[in-house]
Amino acid sequence: MNNGIALKSILNKEVQRFMRIWVQTLVPPAITISLYFIIFGSLIGSRIGEMGGFDYMSFIVPGLIMMSVITNSYSNVASSFFSAKWQRNVEEMLVAPVPNWVIVAGYVGGGMARGILVGLIVTLVSLFFVDIQIHNVWIIIATVALTSAVFALGGLINAIFADSFDDISIIPTFILTPLTYLGGVFYSISLLPEFWQDVSKVNPIVYMVNAFRYGFLGVSDVSITTAFIVIGLFITVLFTIAMTLISKGIGLRS
Amino acid sequence: MPIALEITALQKTYKGGFQALKGIDLTVKKGDFFALLGPNGAGKSTTIGVITSLVNKTSGKVKVFGIDLDENLEKAKSFLGLVPQEFNFNQFEPLLNILVNQAGYYGVDRKTALQRAEKYLKQLELWDKRHDAGRMLSGGMKRRLMIARALMHEPQVLILDEPTAGVDIEVRRTMWDFLRELNKQGVTIILTTHYLEEAEMLCRNIAIINHGEIVENTDMKSLLAQLDVESFVLDLSPIAFKIELKGIVSRQLDDHTLEIELTKKQTLNNVFEQLSQQQVKVLSMRNKSNRLEALFVDLINKSTEKK
Repeated sequence: MNNGIALKSILNKEVQRFMRIWVQTLVPPAITISLYFIIFGSLIGSRIGEMGGFDYMSFIVPGLIMMSVITNSYSNVASSFFSAKWQRNVEEMLVAPVPNWVIVAGYVGGGMARGILVGLIVTLVSLFFVDIQIHNVWIIIATVALTSAVFALGGLINAIFADSFDDISIIPTFILTPLTYLGGVFYSISLLPEFWQDVSKVNPIVYMVNAFRYGFLGVSDVSITTAFIVIGLFITVLFTIAMTLISKGIGLRS
Repeated sequence: MPIALEITALQKTYKGGFQALKGIDLTVKKGDFFALLGPNGAGKSTTIGVITSLVNKTSGKVKVFGIDLDENLEKAKSFLGLVPQEFNFNQFEPLLNILVNQAGYYGVDRKTALQRAEKYLKQLELWDKRHDAGRMLSGGMKRRLMIARALMHEPQVLILDEPTAGVDIEVRRTMWDFLRELNKQGVTIILTTHYLEEAEMLCRNIAIINHGEIVENTDMKSLLAQLDVESFVLDLSPIAFKIELKGIVSRQLDDHTLEIELTKKQTLNNVFEQLSQQQVKVLSMRNKSNRLEALFVDLINKSTEKK
């Protein structure tokens, strides 16, 4: 059995899916982010002044890109895997000799592909509003790849447990969005009182946004090493959970 | 003859306590055309689900070509092809993608997958639809698509769970011919169906399951030989009198229809002789019900009465 071909098949299927419905998957993030730039960057941002030593627009660009990456890598896997469960075409993979890690890697790879592609689109859009500077391209690439993997895994676990389409919107609405908004996308957590700074450091998105911002601007509210340890830890834990759920057949086998 | 599928003491109890399988034993030989019959809820789909790993068994053993599912699931799966009862392909994906991806899950490279997709789509008369999304197909086409998909890795055992449900007779006959041809080529076929005529025409061996237990497991000829009484309906030229048949149970339904019941010891010659003597012309004749159907109903009733 050639696992490479199986993995490529799942990846192809996933990429073909979000490319086929590009109006729903790739265009909305570009529009949303343009609105953010216009409202928070140009209109309100110009009155805020500097943040972390940079003009407000330059400061929020990395956070906004990361926000798009997080949302899209999560929702891609959550909706695709849940649709496969709902239409029962997930059985195509379950009856085939595809190892569980290939199923997980295939879906996560699909989520990462959409997250990274949307990240690129949003970056291109941001060029219309601000001159982007790059401090360390490798940190940018590593952060965006690993963060999209974390949230693709999260989307997969959500979809495994979901029984209805409502169930795949609950986590993004009630957990993901608040964590993202409180994750230092629009502000530096150093502006917060010490207690709330400590509370913010429990939020994993703070580490992802800051590591990403460091790649562009060279400034961060947290240590970059700690940020990568946190991201690595999340990938390990979520991958283990996803593998356990699929091998036990939770939500997939009766 | 090598054994393609061996099931031993298979039990399945669902959450909530419903016992779908109560320790069934089943053996299917390589190259067989095997029917697994039973009423709704008897345990057919659960059995297929366990074999194909879509259902977790409670206990028992399943081996495919001697490979235990508990020991080498992936190897065992590679021998199997499944045509499920429900449409379970992505309704928004083009047919060609569905087939090529499915082949990929079995490690078949894209070039070979495309060749096989063309071969099976042409054989099953779906080639013109290859770029259409699955949802655009008619019911019969969807069933054929699922057969093509199950064959993409050229399995040695093909399991079909009611493959002709809701399909018109013409398409059904095309599918029968296709399955016969596959079986001739050496593919072991396991079929569940509610069309007992279909099972009688296609299958050599049969198991009947009811309430999660196998109530009959034999070859088709031996099973049909158990039939004690066979009913026929005769279409006659119109007559104005009541027909009397000595020693034969008969019912005259109207002036041109006669129903008769023959035991194994009685012959049709005797019936025709008596009818000729009474100047009655027989225009045509047919079985009142399918022979297997009569036996099936009898076996199911007996096993239910025992409960």
